[in-house]
Amino acid sequence: MTKILVLAEHDNNSLSGATLSVVKAAEMLGDEIDLICTTSNISNLEAEISTLSSVKKVHVFEDKIFENEIAENTVDCLIAVSDDYDYFLASSSTSGKNIMPRFAGLIDIQQISEVIEVVDGSTFKKPIYAGACIATVKTEQSRNVLTIRTTSFDKTSTDGGSAEFVKHDLPANNTNKPTFVKNELTVSDRPELTSADIVVSGGRGMQNSDNFKLLEGIATKLNAAIGASRAAVDSGFAPNDYQVGQTGKSVAPNLYVAVGISGAIQHLAGMKDSKTIVAINKDEEAPIFKVADYGLVADLFEALPELESKL
Amino acid sequence: MKILIPIKRVNDYNVKVRPNQANTDVDLSNVKMAVNPFCEIALEEAIRLKEGGKATEIIAVSVGDEKNQEQLRTALALGADRAILVKTDKVLQPLDVSKVLVKVYEKESPNLVIMGKVGIDGDHNQTGQMFSALTNLPQITFASKVELNGNAVEVTREIDGGLETLSSSLPAVITTDLRLNEPRYASLPNIMKAKRKPLEELTVEELGVEVKPTVTTLKVESPPEREEGIKVENVDDLVEKLKNEAKVI
Repeated sequence: MTKILVLAEHDNNSLSGATLSVVKAAEMLGDEIDLICTTSNISNLEAEISTLSSVKKVHVFEDKIFENEIAENTVDCLIAVSDDYDYFLASSSTSGKNIMPRFAGLIDIQQISEVIEVVDGSTFKKPIYAGACIATVKTEQSRNVLTIRTTSFDKTSTDGGSAEFVKHDLPANNTNKPTFVKNELTVSDRPELTSADIVVSGGRGMQNSDNFKLLEGIATKLNAAIGASRAAVDSGFAPNDYQVGQTGKSVAPNLYVAVGISGAIQHLAGMKDSKTIVAINKDEEAPIFKVADYGLVADLFEALPELESKL
Repeated sequence: MKILIPIKRVNDYNVKVRPNQANTDVDLSNVKMAVNPFCEIALEEAIRLKEGGKATEIIAVSVGDEKNQEQLRTALALGADRAILVKTDKVLQPLDVSKVLVKVYEKESPNLVIMGKVGIDGDHNQTGQMFSALTNLPQITFASKVELNGNAVEVTREIDGGLETLSSSLPAVITTDLRLNEPRYASLPNIMKAKRKPLEELTVEELGVEVKPTVTTLKVESPPEREEGIKVENVDDLVEKLKNEAKVI
């Protein structure tokens, strides 16, 4: 029987939407799906996890060391319960990217990153060269570690399940690890970038961080998340966690509005699965128009206020 | 204070790579090759630490065929003191590369290993984390700021929610994100000087690493093209289309 272990991603308050897509990917591999949840407070998460219809068992490691994520701590727990499983899955979030290769290394498995399609139990598709090509890869390994690009998978059913919660003691290990100092998390009332229905993104064309705020009015009217190109983040117009693209976040909203973004391949890699794409740019030759459903060649400083007033 | 910098040979990031005719792999014939940009950032950080008097020696290491000498010479021209090429004609996966790097680490005992978070070719984002696991060194990924104070390092990381700062004793492994620094260019005199810097050659077999091709590529294709859309005349036209045609607002 094929057994799959999924890493539950969360902020100790609520389960990440990414995990719902990872469970969906897991369902394509088999129907014995368990979760592992390392947390400082399982009671915050228990109700939400219990809605996942296809999850059978949840391995819980609860301790205050999980208030902040240290890859070593999570991986020690993964190792402790790993014996019975054939597949280990997490999303390709910064968290999944930090944790899973470390785990794969310790159990001597070559990980397959950023899976966008499960062809069969040993064959997967994944983007390479910043999404310029799609590779179909086959594993000869009997056990596999996968990270899942969640924008390529639907979310699993949350109609209610009957998962059994199994509490474990912390494994005793002598793993060398860093210590947490602080974090500076972006606080926003807007929808989360990777799960928002609508994303409004700005690029270098916004010119400065004051102008970047022009996107806020439109985002508020559309209940959209705000994103940015790498150029805009590098120039300091927006914080790093706004970045959409190969080295930032992958998004696939119903509507993606790219403002003043030229459309470098690294940016397209993170947003071209969006359902409808709008590009507003004064350069009609900009590559972003090649992927846009609706292109508006215009000076964004005129178009944005007008758009805001007409929404 | 010795710093080890793994260097990967990849396509120049400006080149758009396409599948070959048979769709069995990418076509890299006539493609300009370069140092992986994230490795360049790692090297730049080491050079700055050395210039700031906090490091004494920078060793660049690459795993691959003879041609990797080019990228190691680039690393030497940029500021590495010496280089090691671990030769193999096989295509290595991240797990294999990590095992080779472990052997080099054991041989050199550096105080710090800084490496790119990802190769822009395979997009794996694995080697640093695997290497850290196999050496049991503290793992700090996706660094956007590195501060070295004596025998400790404080690193700011880029994470999905914003920024996070971790501290660690040395030795440790750091992987670099894009905004850690802006790498310099090699000057002509330094390129000339680099030709005389030591470049040691070893083989994967000599280091006793068994390479296992556990994941093979069956097919490489171009992604499905998006159909090019239309240009709208003005904002009214756009709003109308989004409401009535795409029905997304």
